[in-house]
Amino acid sequence: MNRINKKLAENKKLLSIYFTAGYPDLNDTVKIIQDLEKSGVDMIEIGLPFSDPLADGPTIQESSTAALKNGMTTKLLFEQLKDIRKTVSIPLIIMGYFNPMMQYGVEAFCAKCQEIGIDGLIIPDLPVAEYHEHYQETFKKYGLSNIFLITPQTSDERIKFIDSVSDGFIYMVSSASTTGAKNTFGDEQQHYFERIAALDLINPQIVGFGISNKETFTQATKTAKGAIIGSAFIKHLTHNGVETVNEFVKTIR
Amino acid sequence: MSYQVDEKGYYGDFGGAFIPEMLYPNVEELRTSYLQIMEEPSFKKEFNQLLKDYVGRPSPLYFAKRLSEKHNTKVYLKREDLNHTGAHKVNNTIGQILVAKHLGKNRIIAETGAGQHGVATATVCALMGIQCVVYMGEIDIKRQAPNVARMKMLGAEVRPAKSGSKTLKDATNEAIRDWINNPVDTHYIIGSAIGPHPYPDMVTRFQSIISEEIKWQLKEKEGRELPDYVVACIGGGSNAAGTYYHFLDEPSVGIIAVEAAGKGVNSGESAATSQLGKEGIIHGCKTLLMQTSDGQITEPYSISAGLDYPGVGPLHSHLYKTGRGEFFSVTDDDAMAAGLELSQLEGIIPAIETSHALAIFNDKQFKPEDIVVISLSGRGDKDLNTYIDYFKL
Repeated sequence: MNRINKKLAENKKLLSIYFTAGYPDLNDTVKIIQDLEKSGVDMIEIGLPFSDPLADGPTIQESSTAALKNGMTTKLLFEQLKDIRKTVSIPLIIMGYFNPMMQYGVEAFCAKCQEIGIDGLIIPDLPVAEYHEHYQETFKKYGLSNIFLITPQTSDERIKFIDSVSDGFIYMVSSASTTGAKNTFGDEQQHYFERIAALDLINPQIVGFGISNKETFTQATKTAKGAIIGSAFIKHLTHNGVETVNEFVKTIR
Repeated sequence: MSYQVDEKGYYGDFGGAFIPEMLYPNVEELRTSYLQIMEEPSFKKEFNQLLKDYVGRPSPLYFAKRLSEKHNTKVYLKREDLNHTGAHKVNNTIGQILVAKHLGKNRIIAETGAGQHGVATATVCALMGIQCVVYMGEIDIKRQAPNVARMKMLGAEVRPAKSGSKTLKDATNEAIRDWINNPVDTHYIIGSAIGPHPYPDMVTRFQSIISEEIKWQLKEKEGRELPDYVVACIGGGSNAAGTYYHFLDEPSVGIIAVEAAGKGVNSGESAATSQLGKEGIIHGCKTLLMQTSDGQITEPYSISAGLDYPGVGPLHSHLYKTGRGEFFSVTDDDAMAAGLELSQLEGIIPAIETSHALAIFNDKQFKPEDIVVISLSGRGDKDLNTYIDYFKL
């Protein structure tokens, strides 16, 4: 059982945090990860920045652009993370777009992830069918969970298919939108959360996109196993600096 | 060797649909229905009627006598510049607006670089009374003021893309993000033979009217359907795809693609994707694209805003890789000279994109008896300011 599945088996609602590697400063990556774990975060999505992040709203677009400007690359991220398992034990997931992984070489990328102790990948623009046909064996070979997204528009039938090829959790996109912080969820989201809960899926669900504070975290985790906060955390770093990771986490729970 | 898209959306190694799950329902709806919609007699009737009465098709296939004498070969120009709105782009927007209507969509989004596709989209939206939002890079909005004004006059809202390099690539990103945020009522009219499957094939089919007409027009003029060469400029590659389409499986027809070399292929300021690109993913498809060794997409350069795109349609990547297409790259200077030459030999001022195709005679020697058909994809009115600055007119 890998770290993700172990964590999912714990009897609690999980808080997962996304941040963009290389932002605010190039060498903040390791410190942010360590501080997030110390603050009690359950899981971390390390964002591999991309020049053209289609599924992201302005906050993550800007942090990605800044990280690339700072000099972040795939190689450098792996270099920064090489000793991460000496100090950090919670699940670590790399979230990024497929093109930089392709250029690194998908197999080499997966091998490096295993060597470092990365537990899973979230690749928004690698569709289920492509993964299933071309990459699933490679991911499995290196012990990586691949996390798929579902949205309010995803049909029940497709959700069940995604559930059947998933390993770990399902990333439940809260609403029809790009990433970005929201202050509250309306009835539409609540109905969607309930509809998914009623499907009784094999894999637990973790909600992302639009989670920004205690209220949205609580709403999202009423039915789901956990929630992911990205843009709101990045905004916090932008305004308050990397020394204040703990302060942010405390506002959520 | 097949040059048609396969059932999984690939041209050989290129194509596919690398899209976030948020776009899946829309793209899947399109994938499962576009061929069926296009086959319906009522659709065909309306499409053909509009092409005839509204766009002004068939566009002439014009024997360019003086240009032919100059280059000692037989040159025909396929006059897409004479279409309503001044370029080939409208063939596709007419088709896609009818598809959108069929799917019950009541809001249209589009991306545009130079503004030609934006104008063609705003035009068909006005024609059908459908709301239209066009994304355009902030920098392009400043460079292409007349086309921005045309879109506004046609009732479209032009939204500036302020992310990244603020040009066509970023306008496309913004349009995709809009579609993610408006998944139910909106159809995205992509303007080139790019994007996730089925877009490259759908756009190619709508543009294939170009080669369909070339065949019967050439039969009338020369007593044969097949030219020796078809030549087109390539940015994303929609006019090229339409110009080649009915000749792809005719091995006697040479396929020539002309890319923008900008200030020179190795100058660092170029848009010659087949020469500088590597296989990767851009805007939902696997294709050749200009990128860093780390997989970050780079900003191309060309004097022509319509060729200023870091990728190329997956069909063209396939034509390049298999050797079916012969690829050339033409610098800004050579393109501008070719545009001036056509103006003064034939009385036709071409779009600067098209001028790249017209510069083929510098690089390729044709035989006197060869029949060479060049796609005259657009007219030069929109580029007058660039011509004025360049030639100090």
